[in-house]
Amino acid sequence: MKNNELITLSDDFLTVGDTTTPNEKIMESQDCCVFYDEAQALRNINLEVGKKEVLSLIGPSGCGKSTFIRCLNRLNDTIDSAKVTGKITLEGQDIYNSDMDVVLLRARVGMVFQKPNPFPKSVYENVAYGPRIHGMSESKADMDEIVETSLLRAGLWDEVKDRLNTSGTALSGGQQQRLCIARAIAVRPDVILMDEPCSALDPIATDRIEDLISELKENYAIVIVTHSMSQASRVSQRAAYFHLGHLVETGKTSKIFGDPDHELTQNYIKGRIG
Amino acid sequence: MSNPSSNSSSITEIVNKGLKKRYRSEFMFRLYGITSILFAAAFLIVFFSSIIDKGYSAFTQGELNISIYLDPEIIDPDNTLDEEEIRYANYDKLVFDSLKNFFPSVSSRKERKELKALVSNGTSLRIQSLVLDDMSLIGKTLDLSVKLDSDIDMFLKGNVDITLDESQRRISDNQVKWTNELKTKGLISQKFNSTLFSAGDSREPEQAGVLGALVGSFFMLLITFIVAFPLGVAAAIYLEEFAPKNKFTDFVEVNINNLAAVPSIIYGLLGLAVFINFFGMPRSAPLVGGLVLALMTFPVIIIASRAALQSVPPSITDAALGVGASKIQTVFDHVFPLALPGMLTGSIIGMARALGESAPLLMIGMVAFVVDIPSTPLDASAALPVQVYLWADAPERGFVERTSAAILVLLFFLLVMNSTAIWLRNKFEIKW
Repeated sequence: MKNNELITLSDDFLTVGDTTTPNEKIMESQDCCVFYDEAQALRNINLEVGKKEVLSLIGPSGCGKSTFIRCLNRLNDTIDSAKVTGKITLEGQDIYNSDMDVVLLRARVGMVFQKPNPFPKSVYENVAYGPRIHGMSESKADMDEIVETSLLRAGLWDEVKDRLNTSGTALSGGQQQRLCIARAIAVRPDVILMDEPCSALDPIATDRIEDLISELKENYAIVIVTHSMSQASRVSQRAAYFHLGHLVETGKTSKIFGDPDHELTQNYIKGRIG
Repeated sequence: MSNPSSNSSSITEIVNKGLKKRYRSEFMFRLYGITSILFAAAFLIVFFSSIIDKGYSAFTQGELNISIYLDPEIIDPDNTLDEEEIRYANYDKLVFDSLKNFFPSVSSRKERKELKALVSNGTSLRIQSLVLDDMSLIGKTLDLSVKLDSDIDMFLKGNVDITLDESQRRISDNQVKWTNELKTKGLISQKFNSTLFSAGDSREPEQAGVLGALVGSFFMLLITFIVAFPLGVAAAIYLEEFAPKNKFTDFVEVNINNLAAVPSIIYGLLGLAVFINFFGMPRSAPLVGGLVLALMTFPVIIIASRAALQSVPPSITDAALGVGASKIQTVFDHVFPLALPGMLTGSIIGMARALGESAPLLMIGMVAFVVDIPSTPLDASAALPVQVYLWADAPERGFVERTSAAILVLLFFLLVMNSTAIWLRNKFEIKW
């Protein structure tokens, strides 16, 4: 077996497999490239995200999957040296176009991070913050309802309903991550991005988050970056394998994990599973 | 392939060989650390004990129990009860008469002068104000405890060498004799020197206090805080969170760091040129002092605030941006509240430095002799460190102990401010 690290792909490499979604498409990346100063982190990524599906991004460290996910809600804007070319659309609208408001974009494309990062405020405030800044509630009762529904959907309500005023940082790691998910869905996004959401959690908490992801896909499009093969195969319908900034292969999860076409994908899958 | 057991034993040997050296270097480092801390602590102890030793006696003041007959013949001979007439009565004579009751034999001009000088020359003013407050006292006898003159007080505190020839000391043989007599009669006692905290400056040590300087310093720090804190914090937030990172902001940053290192007297010259000469603000006023100290503290606050902002974890910024908060919402809803305790701590430490600053205040005329206690920041005033400077320069022996006492007051306020900074930091520090 050749070492994947040593294999580089040519600049005009074309992605193997089907980049389109069988569902109705909500986001699409066309020839997306990302540069950090001179270094190119992503090369011509073409990929669709469909409604009501979970798309998993896999690949070795440094392959660009986190960079890609942060392009989808323009969080790369906060890095001064990052430059994005190509086109990423949300329901047909180019999100890097000047008439796209980044605040609106991030309200529609929510994000859950690798390390649980609740605000050091109360559980209630954590969830209510997003709806409040967007003016999504008319009254206190409205807000209470949004908070309750979001926490219910995140599967956290029963555990925290009696202590909504305690600090979000006082919860356990798994609870904190579900609180972050509740915070993301409170603003009713269309897409939820998850950047290795379980990497800091124990197996039981991971199970709960995976169950939650499967439930959430009934209402949202979810893009998840993960290092765990088994997690990708459990939760996602489609998978995309990244290698050194290239999107090597994409398609149905069963196809990618069962019978991948490209040699690099095969090596990666075998190396990790077998 | 080598035998694993021999291999592991050789590793043990190699490690063992170096272990002793490693532990020794750790031990030596600890030793250096402890030595330097002890060294610093020793200096601190010497410093404090010397100041306390010199200054503690200023907190008491010798007083004489005396009965003063408020003779209507002297105060109000025509029984007019006219305030003007009563104000200008000869109270010195009243004091002298009651002192003479103790020593009836005093007659010559020299002796009379010496006897009069036993008590503070503020005594007659005190009696005047007592009488003006309550005219029904006229004709009665008042039992008062009055301050001894500072020279007598110094003698009682053992600061006068009476073995010297009379002409070489500030207190005469007669005064020594009388004081000792009064003392054996139990009429002299050391009382708490409340004047030190309730009066402004004075030429007479026994009538001098630090209140004027304290109020002046308070007004100055108030103005410094009001001006420098919001400006410094706003500048730090802009530079840290909003400003583009380019050559110009680098240049600004370098110069802010430079400003923090500019000698404080330069700020005094700037204040003199700009605030007093150009804007025509009053000289010696806490307003100008506060503005000058604000200029001086400003870069310190910017640097402390930027450090506080940098210490807020980026995951919080990501989280806020991730739910769609705008840049300004992210900064003011999340980053700023988390950085505020650090900003306050840094600012209080900067202000504590400003409180102890005297050089720039000399340049703007706050070194003037001011008796009145300022009631607004526009009144002429002294400041605590300048008061220390003024008293250290005064020739009277009584000011030596008062200088140390003023230093103690200054150190007390510095300690309070620095403790507040630590308390604030511990109270509002958010742990993740």
